[in-house]
Amino acid sequence: MKKIALALAAALAFGTAANAAPVKVGIAAEPYPPFASPDAAGNWTGWEVDIINAVCKAAEMECKITPVAWEGIIPSLTGGQIDAIMASMSITAEREKVIDFSDKYYNTPTVIVAAKGSGLKPTPESLKGKIIGVQVSTIHEAYVKAHFPESELKTYQTTDEGFQDLAAGRIDASQADSIAIDAFMATDAGKACCEVIGAVADDPAILGAGVGVGLRKGDTALKDKFNAAIKKIREDGTYDEITKKYFSSSIYGN
Amino acid sequence: MGDFLRPLHRRIMLAIALAIVGSCVWLLNWEWLPKYMPVILSGIWITAWMTVVTMVLGMVCAVLLGIAQAAGPVWLAWPAKAYCTVIRGTPLLLQLWLLYFGLGSFFPLFPEIRQSFLWPILRQAWPYAVLALTMSVAGYEGEVMRGAFKGVPHGQLEAAKAMGMPRFTAFRRIWLPQAVHRALPTIGGETVLQMKSTPLIATISIFDIYGVARRITQDTLIVYEPLLMLAVVYMTMAGIIVLFFRWLESRLPTRTA
Repeated sequence: MKKIALALAAALAFGTAANAAPVKVGIAAEPYPPFASPDAAGNWTGWEVDIINAVCKAAEMECKITPVAWEGIIPSLTGGQIDAIMASMSITAEREKVIDFSDKYYNTPTVIVAAKGSGLKPTPESLKGKIIGVQVSTIHEAYVKAHFPESELKTYQTTDEGFQDLAAGRIDASQADSIAIDAFMATDAGKACCEVIGAVADDPAILGAGVGVGLRKGDTALKDKFNAAIKKIREDGTYDEITKKYFSSSIYGN
Repeated sequence: MGDFLRPLHRRIMLAIALAIVGSCVWLLNWEWLPKYMPVILSGIWITAWMTVVTMVLGMVCAVLLGIAQAAGPVWLAWPAKAYCTVIRGTPLLLQLWLLYFGLGSFFPLFPEIRQSFLWPILRQAWPYAVLALTMSVAGYEGEVMRGAFKGVPHGQLEAAKAMGMPRFTAFRRIWLPQAVHRALPTIGGETVLQMKSTPLIATISIFDIYGVARRITQDTLIVYEPLLMLAVVYMTMAGIIVLFFRWLESRLPTRTA
């Protein structure tokens, strides 16, 4: 009996120690401004980084931001190298087979950008036979495949590489998140070459229910903490305050 | 085969190898294989032709670079040496990106390029990959060929000259074949290296077999099986290259003076 009590005490002691270990929040190692990008000193900054800090503060967790290559981010989560993903990852049925998601923390429209004066519209008829660039294995790739079957799809490791080819004229259009495209349109190259031709028709089955925190399946304790923290910063105004720093309008969606 | 299997350790090792292959087949998840077979085959095809085409083109350049360094006048030898040094001194990935994204950033400055007859080629990614990989082969093999040309005994060339053989004929019939013969084992190894450099082209949106394996991982979230497939594909291709060069070496007559 005494032994069991001792073991229990030890387990409790270690249990507390384990709780104190920082929650490793994975972000994509590829810069995705204005959400997350390293500054000259290598510190990650951006809207999502601020939100991570705010959420962790609200949940009273110690968090450690851990950059992981986008393509390996889900295996890193399931493999235990990180504990949560906050890398603008859309909630999709396909991903929910493998990981869990918290409630969404933002949801932005999907838009298409094309060369200035191209006269293109974000419709299948107008983009027929045109080359559309997207980041590989994203909702945008799935959307182009499903909705623009007669367009040629070109995939890139990063959205930025796609934009570079758009500026070079190698592709006719790029589909991405409105925010990624706004950031590109704010650059000199973007201003010189391109214009936003509009948002694509919605398809929640592909475009998802917004961006949530990716979590290991069954990690409900952490999920509840994140959900509560997201709710809290939405209610106490922290969320809007951070958004104002980076965007002209709300990106939370409906 | 009976002789080969007689020692006990060989039989044990064979059993272990079969057990590993068997467990890979039965325990791992290969469901995705049939669905992705067409893209896998097209990926293998791209890797194969990239290796062959850039190796052949590169070797042609390498012979020129080698001879320029071994026997050319200073104004040819020096640029050839500089070229080899620059190519060998910078990462292939950097060269590839400088060509693809670097040149790409000039296109908006000269919109007329997009109207030219070259545009259908310039807008694609593979010409940049071929160019970068060829330049790389030329740089490395240029040095190899320089050594090979220098290694051919000078007396043979003098003898050819003494017999009144024209310079180009002497080059074609005596100098080049012997240099190639000397360099052949090295070139075989370098071809395997070249094949293993091709995955870099996946970074400029070309779906070679490496790009395909990555995309399978991204789509299905299966990590190990596509990588194992990749290992098997590259090992098989390396084996074919090695066998090809062994055959080539056995075909070449080994008559030396």
